[in-house]
Amino acid sequence: MNNYETVFILTPVLSDAQMKEAVEKFKNLLKEQGAEIVNEEDWGLRKLAYNIDKKTTGFYSFLEFNADPTVIDKLELNFRRDERVIRFLTVKQDKFSLEYAEKRRNKGGKKQEAPAPVIKKAEKAEVVESEVKSNEKED
Amino acid sequence: MAKQSEIRYLTPLSVDVKKKKYCRFKKNGIKYIDYKDPEFLKKFLNEQGKILPRRITGTSLKFQRRIAQAVKRARHIAMLPYVTDLMK
Repeated sequence: MNNYETVFILTPVLSDAQMKEAVEKFKNLLKEQGAEIVNEEDWGLRKLAYNIDKKTTGFYSFLEFNADPTVIDKLELNFRRDERVIRFLTVKQDKFSLEYAEKRRNKGGKKQEAPAPVIKKAEKAEVVESEVKSNEKED
Repeated sequence: MAKQSEIRYLTPLSVDVKKKKYCRFKKNGIKYIDYKDPEFLKKFLNEQGKILPRRITGTSLKFQRRIAQAVKRARHIAMLPYVTDLMK
């Protein structure tokens, strides 16, 4: 038994229920193969850094599990056959990533990234305003 | 002794004090570089999304390899772009 983690991206055309159903399908597949699921995360709809199959967004899902190496082949075969999955990545966890994954799980894992761009915009606006003010003073 | 102090410069001599580069992973005791954290990995990329060389970031060889691995994984799952302009 090894520790693995897998990230996969589902097409954004699915409804929430369909998306959950797809994730459930892969979880059940793993369970049938005798894998033990350690952690499950749903990162929701995220923007892709580049287009995949002419799509700009996707539902990200993340699974951590213990399984035999033969299970990975079957899992990836099913990822390839499923049209809803547009991208997947399975990684074996070594001792360092295992440690990191445990810490991450305890923290609650999910990181908020959405507010970041808003803050940047606000900063820019402030800078512009201060520049305007300084110009006025000079006048 | 006196002769040396007689020499005066109008502008202070610009002596380049080179800051010694260091490997931030070794210094901070980071053992694993997460491919799921694109904001962190962006510190090691240039504007076009290319991986910065070790001579610029000061990373040790061991961790440079791990950065490269993490960046490539992040690119695969579309968390980082393969090619881009003006990333930051």
